[in-house]
Amino acid sequence: MNSLIPLFVIIPLGCAFMMSILGRVIKNFNKIITPIFMLSLVWLTFHFIINSEGSLNYRVGGFEAVNGVPIAIYMVMDGLTKLVLLIISLVGFLAIFYSLSYTTQYTAESKFYVLFSLMIAGMNGIVISGDIFNIFVFLEIAAISSYALVAFGVEKHQLEASFKYQVLGGIASLVILLTIGLIYWNTGTLNIADISRQLLNNSSVGIDVFIKFISVLLIAGFGLKAAIFPFHSWLPDAHSSAPSPISAMLSGVLIKAVGIYIIIRLFFNMIPLSYELSMTITVLGTVSMIVGVLLAIGQWDFKRLLAYHSISQMGYVIIGVGIGMLIITKGGDIKIAALSIGGGLFHMLNHSIFKGLLFLNAGAIEYRTNTRNLKKLGGLSSKMPITSGSSFVASMAISGIPPFNGFFSKVIIIIAAVQAGYIWIAFFAVLVSVITLASFTKILKYVFFGELHTKYEKIKEVPFSMSFSMILLSILCLALSLLVIPEVRTIFLKPAVDVLINSAQYSINILGI
Amino acid sequence: MILYILCFILFLIGLYGVVSKRNLIKIIIGIAIMEYSINLFFIMIGYVEGGTAPIITKGFEQAKFVDPLPQAMILTSIVIGLATTALLLAVAIRLYKKYGTFDINDIKDLKG
Amino acid sequence: MKGMTIIVKKITQIICPVIFMFGLYIIIHGHLTPGGGFAGGVIMAGAFILQILANGNILSGLRKEEHNLEFMESAAILGFLIIAGLGLLISGSFVFFSNFLNKGELGNLISAGIIPIENIVVGAEVCAAVATIFIALVVYKDEEKK
Repeated sequence: MNSLIPLFVIIPLGCAFMMSILGRVIKNFNKIITPIFMLSLVWLTFHFIINSEGSLNYRVGGFEAVNGVPIAIYMVMDGLTKLVLLIISLVGFLAIFYSLSYTTQYTAESKFYVLFSLMIAGMNGIVISGDIFNIFVFLEIAAISSYALVAFGVEKHQLEASFKYQVLGGIASLVILLTIGLIYWNTGTLNIADISRQLLNNSSVGIDVFIKFISVLLIAGFGLKAAIFPFHSWLPDAHSSAPSPISAMLSGVLIKAVGIYIIIRLFFNMIPLSYELSMTITVLGTVSMIVGVLLAIGQWDFKRLLAYHSISQMGYVIIGVGIGMLIITKGGDIKIAALSIGGGLFHMLNHSIFKGLLFLNAGAIEYRTNTRNLKKLGGLSSKMPITSGSSFVASMAISGIPPFNGFFSKVIIIIAAVQAGYIWIAFFAVLVSVITLASFTKILKYVFFGELHTKYEKIKEVPFSMSFSMILLSILCLALSLLVIPEVRTIFLKPAVDVLINSAQYSINILGI
Repeated sequence: MILYILCFILFLIGLYGVVSKRNLIKIIIGIAIMEYSINLFFIMIGYVEGGTAPIITKGFEQAKFVDPLPQAMILTSIVIGLATTALLLAVAIRLYKKYGTFDINDIKDLKG
Repeated sequence: MKGMTIIVKKITQIICPVIFMFGLYIIIHGHLTPGGGFAGGVIMAGAFILQILANGNILSGLRKEEHNLEFMESAAILGFLIIAGLGLLISGSFVFFSNFLNKGELGNLISAGIIPIENIVVGAEVCAAVATIFIALVVYKDEEKK
């Protein structure tokens, strides 16, 4: 069981380079093999979720620990890893299935699948790695592939968006590398478990200042990758100009796997928490939640509006996690902290499903009508029934209407905020939810209901592969609300929350002391 | 100690170049300068007084070596920097062909 | 991009094989002297770049060269994965990327297990990648007028 862990990185990497060689010899080879290997990754993820308990670790190269100091590169699979791997493989498989007929408009079709597989390999590598420099290397692989994918159909606005994304992402990566250097200078090791043990036992003068310094640099670096409030300016351009399956992957998976996941992992399991840090993270989450919706109200471009809503929903996840951090540092009731963190992680899972579905819908509309401007569309619900039905489902899910999954996760976060005593945060969460509902009602009115323009008389529904993905994602939107039932919850959410609440357990599992 | 501060000043010079220059190529050179300063910082971390290059040769197995782990990290980081710069330059060349100028004040299609 | 004068062309014809051999020496002695896969690969690519700079932009030959380089790069990475994966099957425990060949004596050329083989594969990959980057930036494919 342990030796299957590196397969998450080997399979996409090997398939990417096999497709690069054989894609020119055998026709359509890329299009056949990519859904097959994504499906095998989904199967492997479910195999790990159902069949393994606790946390597994695996040493690359087989080097044993010397005198209690770990010297090998570790790969760790615990509850939080399984949750994020589930998100990556599900949304990745459905986005690839959608892009089988979407990419026929590009000339260099086969290169799209190679870059996509490299991005999946990078993201898988981030979530399973157990040491910080390995996280950096896989982060760069995923990020560089996504820069190239945003600029894929080389039109003017795509190149400009990709350049802005690259410059800001490059600066963030350099800040992250600087932080890794500072951590290595102080502790002498790169393993996350070993660093956490050393930072806890270190009692020299000035260690508090050092921990604050690296925490601020880490929030700046990874916050830019996760599009938290002061660092969000690249997101509307990049996510609206990319091809639609790539927008769904970027907004639904990439900002979670390379942004929020690393922040959660490093701040719970590596750095000893303090009150000011938790308050900073919670305030940044609240502000990004509010700023995201306020900027989204005045937009008339469909995908740009969805990108701004991504910023505000990420604010929800950060609020959930931040309130958990605040309760742990003040020594309050652990049950409320577990509820809050569980709500945040559940919202992360939900958001990837319904935001992915919304971006795929926007792509379907653009594929048939060649425009994204809300004022020029209208009355498409009679011509494109599957698109309008799934768009309705996703809009209800994102606004938090029962019985869809968005309602349950938002309710859990709001209840936890009220129980912990942060009434203002709960008030803002409800207000933002109402404004989100207003914004999506505007979209539904302008795009699907209303008068049909004469030039759209002849459009048909989208091809089978695109509509299959949209239908499956809408079914998942309803099915994921079953995750609040206790039996289902103990399989998916409870292991993830346990890893974060018992934060010292992580280093005990790996170092064996 | 003064060496670390000079390294950080080099990082800030690169950041100044990215923030305040208007030509696309100068922005790319600014990012490259920032990257070189981080590589220098890493190598200075691993220095041990009086150490030699960390390669075990016959007859010198017990000498004092400098720390080899930052050197391995820097090799990886240099290659990542190569890939980043190459992709930035490729996009910059295509931008020039589409817009006809390298000035970022004229490349302003996406707004709002 | 036009070529350079006849003196430069003749001198590069003499020097480029020497540069290539020097890069190959750095790759193969990667476990004994500083250098290894990355540095040797970049030097080998330098030999290709020098030829292109001296002789100018002969478009049709370079496009065919680019196809070969792309094949070489992907084949080298697949070779790396296969050698690392062989460690899974051959060594006693199921670890990925374990050092399963004979580890020889200190200071010999053939020693240290699979590390020299991995150096050669990485060197080939880096050479192909850097040369592909240079050719892609120099041979601009004009797609605007279709």
